[in-house]
Amino acid sequence: MYRYDNYDQKIVDERVAQFRDQTERYLAGKIAEEEFLPLRLQNGLYVQRLAPMLRIAVPYGMLSSNQVRKLAHIARVYDKGYVHFTTRQNVQLNWPALEDVPDILAELASVEMHAIQTSGNCIRNTTTDQFAGVAVDEIEDPRPWCEIIRQWSTLHPEFAFLPRKFKIAVCGSEEDRAAFLLHDIGLQLVKNEQGELGFEVFVGGGLGRTPIIGSSIRKFLPKQHLLSYLDAILRVYNRYGNRDNKYKARIKILVKAWTPEVFAKRVEEEWANIKDGPSTLTDAELARVTGFFSAPDYQDIDSTIADQSLAAKAAESNAFNRWLERNTELQKQSGYRSVTLSLKPAGVAPGDVTDTQLETIADLADQYAFGELRATHNQNVVLTDVLYSDLFELWQTAKQSGLATPTIGTINDMICCPGGDYCSLANAKSIPVAEDIQRKFSDLDYVYDLGDLELNISGCMNACGHHHIGHIGILGVDKKGKEWYQIQLGGSANKSASLGKVLGPSLSREEITDGIEKLLDVYVENRIADESFLNTYQRIGIDKFKERVYASNS
Amino acid sequence: MPQILKDTQVVSDNWILLDENAESIPAGNILLSYQQWQNFADHLSNHSGRIGIWLEGHAEIEQIIEPLLNLPLIAINFPKFADGRGFSTARLIKERYNYSGELRAIGGFIRDQLYLLNRCGFNAFQFSDENELSDAAESLKDFSENYQVSVDQENPLFRRR
Repeated sequence: MYRYDNYDQKIVDERVAQFRDQTERYLAGKIAEEEFLPLRLQNGLYVQRLAPMLRIAVPYGMLSSNQVRKLAHIARVYDKGYVHFTTRQNVQLNWPALEDVPDILAELASVEMHAIQTSGNCIRNTTTDQFAGVAVDEIEDPRPWCEIIRQWSTLHPEFAFLPRKFKIAVCGSEEDRAAFLLHDIGLQLVKNEQGELGFEVFVGGGLGRTPIIGSSIRKFLPKQHLLSYLDAILRVYNRYGNRDNKYKARIKILVKAWTPEVFAKRVEEEWANIKDGPSTLTDAELARVTGFFSAPDYQDIDSTIADQSLAAKAAESNAFNRWLERNTELQKQSGYRSVTLSLKPAGVAPGDVTDTQLETIADLADQYAFGELRATHNQNVVLTDVLYSDLFELWQTAKQSGLATPTIGTINDMICCPGGDYCSLANAKSIPVAEDIQRKFSDLDYVYDLGDLELNISGCMNACGHHHIGHIGILGVDKKGKEWYQIQLGGSANKSASLGKVLGPSLSREEITDGIEKLLDVYVENRIADESFLNTYQRIGIDKFKERVYASNS
Repeated sequence: MPQILKDTQVVSDNWILLDENAESIPAGNILLSYQQWQNFADHLSNHSGRIGIWLEGHAEIEQIIEPLLNLPLIAINFPKFADGRGFSTARLIKERYNYSGELRAIGGFIRDQLYLLNRCGFNAFQFSDENELSDAAESLKDFSENYQVSVDQENPLFRRR
């Protein structure tokens, strides 16, 4: 993974010093509350319902084992012994003290980490595929590009006070695992007819109150022009995005108002002025950054033998076999698999992990995965490059630490925002709903029979839990001070991205799990062969689901 | 005399911001809005002091900038600090139109933006509160290195590593 040089380290260290000074001036009453707000936000610090919340950047989800040990240390010393993995591949602390934040940032800087631009109206953490570099269907490793974007966006002088937050995702594979069409900018790595690498550029996707799927504004952007083209998009948005109403301030609203064609034209005009300037990427820089993501020292594995001995192990233990099927993925390197460590055991907020679990994860990474790991946008952790012959041992340790819940990709692997238990924006609690669902559907045979099913829960329409793109989406709403839950069906975040449709009137907290069960019954009764929930829904439509859920309520 | 921060120093400011409702041009160095500059065009040719102009951060500068490029002072107003349009406007004025005079930030910007404002081409800062100008100058030095091209940096870090 990328390692800082003296320049990178200096910038992060100076950022810590800057924020230490700002915090001291704020605490001394020398910075007004409303002025301190964007300063602390741009260092990831929110003031939440119960305490401040600090969001730590995990650039495109990559972490080293020593960084994870540092997170464990910070969770123990400065917080209540756990952290939360977010849907933007970042990490949050829920209970830090404001006065401690400069020290926490200094601790992070000591392991090449920071909280820069994890919040506020600026360019946020760039996200990508958790299987980057190992995915079977990869066109090109997206991580060097994410790192190049990270450096370009870090403390960008012109774009620190945008109309609204700004999110970029890069997809380097055939299948989309980064939800890149639902970002302010989605970059798809492509090759043109001459075999040259570049990007198809999508803009104006996003969730939130007005969910929109991004529009392609350029079919092929040669790779060396990435940064000047991003500058052009951001400049057009910074100048013309709506600043009067925060709910109309995302780039998607501007793109929609102008039409993607007009927006593209404006970007091209701006770009014509800055193209071929010094921001044009050099081969030397591409080689430098790409070098950090070179393949580890793989062993030459006889895949037939590896397959056979793994199959033999799996035959001995049904539990191991289940985990192998749900929680591991094939890689393009034979003899190795990627392992998803589940942060979704029943009874724990999805994405939460304790300090000791973090240390176990770091140990597992060192022992089996070349010391690296990835945070996923589904709020789990992935270890890549695990030898087939190590999988059984790894599973045993992970299981002891509660990291081997064998439900990846099932209904119990839900995405869930912190919700009303923590977040001051939320209209309703989301974590207890996730827990109810996990407890209701605890029979693994039933869960496996349901197959791939994405269930996403947001506690308010800001949609941090991505409810619009869940096959089943649940949105918390407030009606006269009481918590209600709206169900949406048919959302999907892959390349044929679709947004969920509202099923009907909201259900109460007491009704919601039974409502979900009825949806699943309709699916099981109507599916053909091994058709997924999403495909069945797409074939039979929403009405049958609707009739069943509301039948008993009338 | 009021004070501003200019080229990292606290200096006296000898420019007079023309009142919104002014009916005539007083003597001295006058800073006018673009509208006033058009309205008073006839009087300005005889004015003995210097003339500067201030623009809103969201000005469509492509339409208006050409005749302003010889002025010794262009100021950009920040209606509030969170309105970042002036950052883009400043870069355009400096980089695309090669303006070489004083580029001054006025209005609601804050001290903690100085480093970034300076990178975008502002070399003068007129605070609404003058009290802590010398402290504020410290914020110009928040960083000693940066990644991107901007007015103060011809080459991105990747070309200098």
